[in-house]
Amino acid sequence: MSEDDMSTEQSRSQQAEPAPAEVHVPGRFGAFGGRYVPEALIPALEELDEARQKALVDPEFIDELATLHRTYTGRPSIITEVPRFAEHAGGARIILKREDLNHTGSHKINNVLAQTLLTKRMGKCRVIAETGAGQHGVATATAAALMGLECTIYMGKVDTERQALNVARMKILGATVVAVEHGSATLKDAINEAMRDWVTNVDHTHYVLGTVTGPHPFPEMVRDFHKIIGEEAREQVLELTGRLPDAVIACVGGGSNAMGIFHRFVTDAGVRLIGVEAGGDGIDTGRHAARFATAEPGVLHGAMSYLMQDAEGQTLETHSISAGLDYPSVGPEHSYLRDSGRAEYRYATDEQVMHAFQLLCRTEGIIPALESAHALAATLDVGKELGPDALLLVNLSGRGDKDMHTAAEWFGLVDKDTDA
Amino acid sequence: MSALEEVFARCKAEGRAALIGYLPVGYPDVEGSLAAMTALAEAGADIVEVGMPYSDPVMDGPVIQRAATEALAKGVHVDDVFRATAAVKDAGAVPVVMSYWNLVLRRGVDRYAADLAASGGAGMITPDLVPEEAGEWHEASERHGLDRIFLVAPSSTTERISVVTHACSGFVYTASTMGVTGTRGSVGSRAPELVARVREATDLPLCVGLGVSNGAQAAEVASFADGVIVGSALVSTLLDRGRDEGLAALRELTAELAEGVRGRA
Repeated sequence: MSEDDMSTEQSRSQQAEPAPAEVHVPGRFGAFGGRYVPEALIPALEELDEARQKALVDPEFIDELATLHRTYTGRPSIITEVPRFAEHAGGARIILKREDLNHTGSHKINNVLAQTLLTKRMGKCRVIAETGAGQHGVATATAAALMGLECTIYMGKVDTERQALNVARMKILGATVVAVEHGSATLKDAINEAMRDWVTNVDHTHYVLGTVTGPHPFPEMVRDFHKIIGEEAREQVLELTGRLPDAVIACVGGGSNAMGIFHRFVTDAGVRLIGVEAGGDGIDTGRHAARFATAEPGVLHGAMSYLMQDAEGQTLETHSISAGLDYPSVGPEHSYLRDSGRAEYRYATDEQVMHAFQLLCRTEGIIPALESAHALAATLDVGKELGPDALLLVNLSGRGDKDMHTAAEWFGLVDKDTDA
Repeated sequence: MSALEEVFARCKAEGRAALIGYLPVGYPDVEGSLAAMTALAEAGADIVEVGMPYSDPVMDGPVIQRAATEALAKGVHVDDVFRATAAVKDAGAVPVVMSYWNLVLRRGVDRYAADLAASGGAGMITPDLVPEEAGEWHEASERHGLDRIFLVAPSSTTERISVVTHACSGFVYTASTMGVTGTRGSVGSRAPELVARVREATDLPLCVGLGVSNGAQAAEVASFADGVIVGSALVSTLLDRGRDEGLAALRELTAELAEGVRGRA
């Protein structure tokens, strides 16, 4: 019996044991997580925690969400094997989980549909959200339109300029888009402003936080709303190949798509979990968002986690070619998985990312989001490290339509004089 | 008796509420902020809240955000907080620090508490720390004789009020409205009701903040609370003004507020 067969046997005999990453203290993943928020928000967080715990075991909620995913999101999302791309990755067998084919173009819709259903169950009529690249904002605006909720999206002014098309999409869907000009005018400042709105309007407003960060219960709840990615992918890969992958690879900004695909595999000890952060211009330049490469734990936006901060605890500015990974902290469960050794984290620089981006376009006819291209860049290395017998599962978390402007500029496809 | 207990006892004996004024250290620059805090103390503030600018101040509205951003750009440091608390004490008021938690955590909670106590600080207001996350701060504050000031809000349930007031010492920061710092046309109508609810849980002094900007509002709050907290309105007097002009405006507003807390507005 080969090692591969054994791992399959093991995996099939494994029942749903509690994952090692399961929280022991409510809201804590080891030393990480918690609730570092103004007292005014505590009742809303407790209400949300209660509502989501009830919902997760309520057949009506489960059925409603499953129906939406089947008839609206387009789940299950397919998997696609990419042999021509794999030729550049040491000949390893590579399978993509196609979250890019979901309605609105990324994994974000999984969480947003569930949270907006919860919003209605809590009797609230308005949702707010932050957005970086615009994917979470578009998904939230979409779900708000579907459910008849009022919607305001906070977006850093810098991001509204580099993602003007997504701003238009959100407005067309009926959302109010607020360009945040304070601080660095990017994702973290959009979250600050969303939290200020929430503190003020919490009696009728739910904050649809878009990733596995923030105060408890958000990291756990958002993970649970995305874990369907890994549950589907695990079955699909077993069905296609008869075994589990050697590694599961995903990009990590806040880390929701990565937690979504990792979660089901955490108990599969033989499966390596590899998160890929934004290396930006390179670690030495300081212009990056590779938290695990350089940072130490701290508190931002309600949670204790690895955080890019200066010697006094002020948040540092980050850089990435992909707005969605341009964030100074990371979901607390990732910090836990990293420190416990269950998951490993690498980074890919903008240059490596754009190479992988172009390679997937040219070899497979799939245009990935720049965020997801980080996972692809690392996959090229992991494939070479593990050799041709390796089986790699990669979360293609989003599609690249939104990134055409950035890509065209990078590859010199636009005339800079005519393109303002 | 702690410095805060003393000041509330004195105010009570005088039949008035305490005036608590907030200013950020480092705005318009470090020296200017020390001068402003001294002026605030001299003009009638009983307690000066020394705010440390932070890159991500989620509880602050536009005025304090603007001052904090400018102070950070000019290079204010956590060490400057302790210069400010010393200056406030020298000027005859009781200094407390207001700081977002990561700045304390990064320095080391015990080291921060030791430095604060050594510089004459009486305690700390922690806007993004709830008692459940404050174990280390509880120990350090006990060790160094500092007061712990947590917040209650109109959304606080009876259970939350009990948790918060049990963790507090010195006074309880009672947020008048749901929202962030900033001047408002009227102090929230929920404030008197909240104060009444909190009084059932504790004998600690209750100070009301968020939205108070003039003598009349201060007098209104003083009629039902033990202290009146003013922030953005004081910071506004320093914005877009020359240094001397700013200090004069700050003294004038402080004097008006001091009249207010004595019921003379």
